[in-house]
Amino acid sequence: MTAVTITGAEADPRRRLKVLASQEALLAIAVIGLAIAVGLYNPRFLAARNLSDVLLGNAYIAVAAVGMSMVIVSGNIDISVGALIGVLATISGTLAVNGAPIVVAWLAALVAGVLVMALQGAIIAYLRIPAIVVTLGMLSILKGGLISVTGGKWITDLPDSFHLADIELFGVLPFPVFLMILATILAALWMRYSASGRAIYAVGGNAEAARLCGISQPRTIVMVFALHGFFAGAAALLYATQLRVIQSTVPPNLELTIITASVVGGVSILGGVGTVVGSTLAAVLIAEIASALVFIDVSPYWIRAVQGVLILVTVIADILRRRRMAGA
Amino acid sequence: MSAMSEIPLPHTAKRVVPWWLLRHETMLAVILLVALIVLGGLNNRFLTLDNLLNQGRLTTEVGLIALPMTFIIITGGIDLSVGSIVGLCAILLGYSWKIFGFPLPLAICFSLLVGAAAGFLNGIVITKVKVPPLIMTIATLALYRGLAEGISQARSVRGYPEWFYFIGQENFFGVPAQLWLLLIAIVVAAIVLDRTTFGRTLYAIGNNETAARFSGLPVDRVKLIIYTLSGFMAGLSACVLVSRVTTTRSDMGIGYELDVIAAVVLGGTSIFGGVGTIWGTVVGLAMIQLLKNGLALTGVKGDATIVVIGTVLILSTLVASSLQRRREGV
Repeated sequence: MTAVTITGAEADPRRRLKVLASQEALLAIAVIGLAIAVGLYNPRFLAARNLSDVLLGNAYIAVAAVGMSMVIVSGNIDISVGALIGVLATISGTLAVNGAPIVVAWLAALVAGVLVMALQGAIIAYLRIPAIVVTLGMLSILKGGLISVTGGKWITDLPDSFHLADIELFGVLPFPVFLMILATILAALWMRYSASGRAIYAVGGNAEAARLCGISQPRTIVMVFALHGFFAGAAALLYATQLRVIQSTVPPNLELTIITASVVGGVSILGGVGTVVGSTLAAVLIAEIASALVFIDVSPYWIRAVQGVLILVTVIADILRRRRMAGA
Repeated sequence: MSAMSEIPLPHTAKRVVPWWLLRHETMLAVILLVALIVLGGLNNRFLTLDNLLNQGRLTTEVGLIALPMTFIIITGGIDLSVGSIVGLCAILLGYSWKIFGFPLPLAICFSLLVGAAAGFLNGIVITKVKVPPLIMTIATLALYRGLAEGISQARSVRGYPEWFYFIGQENFFGVPAQLWLLLIAIVVAAIVLDRTTFGRTLYAIGNNETAARFSGLPVDRVKLIIYTLSGFMAGLSACVLVSRVTTTRSDMGIGYELDVIAAVVLGGTSIFGGVGTIWGTVVGLAMIQLLKNGLALTGVKGDATIVVIGTVLILSTLVASSLQRRREGV
């Protein structure tokens, strides 16, 4: 998974950029096109209330997908993030209910996220255990641990000031949407222009070449996972604060939705390619599709099948495109 | 990977212990034995024949899938979609019988066929389009579960005829019926892996796929077969599961991939490919089931046991990989 031979086409940055631009443009067109199509069928879909529900209620997926995209670009994967978000939301909520200062409750989620993910990154990078095994194990530890500790009880009576997701900046811009856009832009700029950001692509694209260029692969991977943990913490805060209660059960298959957003967003599963702008657009598209199903009278029970088809189609398209480029 | 490129250290230590004692499977069997005795000491209901046979009954569904998963992981692949295939096959078994009015035997065949087809789809995309198994099966994990949910619309099917419950609930010569099925499957899988060209090909692919290809081994065909087999066995597992719990729901088999992979990896099959035995997987299976049962009997809740399984999975991989590194060093 980590070691991928670099082909001529991938080595050419201009060509790679062109391909990615097309993926992002395609997604933007899909987001707008779908909205128009569903709006024509059922105008209520375009009501401000529904559109804001789609964006507000799912912004945390886009935020988590930013971190996931970095992890996948580095040639790894993380399937524990859904469970982690549940744990972080619970930690933060428990602190808030028990009278901790709100800022501490918020910070705790971020810090705990960074710690758990950095630990996983260290196990993956230094002990050379594949990410899939480590995160699969962690998934079960977090999921089981959460239910054992909380006994399945929901957290209620959260203080009003805890609700980060309710904040509106300048009276109009909801905080979740702001955070989604901010996280995407900052991460995109950092990955594109900074040396440490570029290192992620180097490690994911060709670990051996990266090593020879003086990039420490283990250190990069720990960094990527720590950052991913930070975004997971931010996502957990948005998730925890958008409802009046925190359910102590982990949202089922959350990790799958997050991975779907990254992969559909054009992050290559083979590592080394992808941007967070694509993954955020894809997260919006996925939320939009889920909502659209309801408005075109399709049972929401089909949503996961649609998700599966989406991943399948994008992944196959990605591989075929790479092959064509390599052949050309 | 990187372990391959390491330069072997000079031969320094003399071998004082026979090599087979240091084998992962042997050590695991010893741990298993100790665990048995300790758990038996903690709770006198644990070491009874009834309890142990019942545990065998409960482990069958995961066990049936763990056998082809061993093959797959030996080739360096993985199949995360097995739990979803169980759900899909269970739903199709129930629906084709109750809603489409198939006779039940036909419905069983149909659901097994769909299981095989689901595995075949995984295999064909993995071999022809060269999508990494991890990603392909994450996609179908969502797709197959989604199909199960979409088809069932959260309704369950129950009220199967009496004879259908035989495989899931009855005993045959004093041993749970499904345990016979598992035992046969284990023996067949062990023979295939140890004694046939097909089995040796799996190791060859796992050790060096390119070399296996250049040696003229039918790499793609073999992979296609094992992924199809994995889907088929997940279908079989679904039938056994439905027969045992007497109802069909779309959330059946959720999380099976964790138990299955944990059993296989715990049993000494390397996630990097090239190493592994059926015997190890069987010990791994027993280990996990006894952990679950033993912890439950000593008063640990079900959710805490999955914490233990996750921890055991990570730790055993750690130990296995450090052992492997040492063995390569000697």
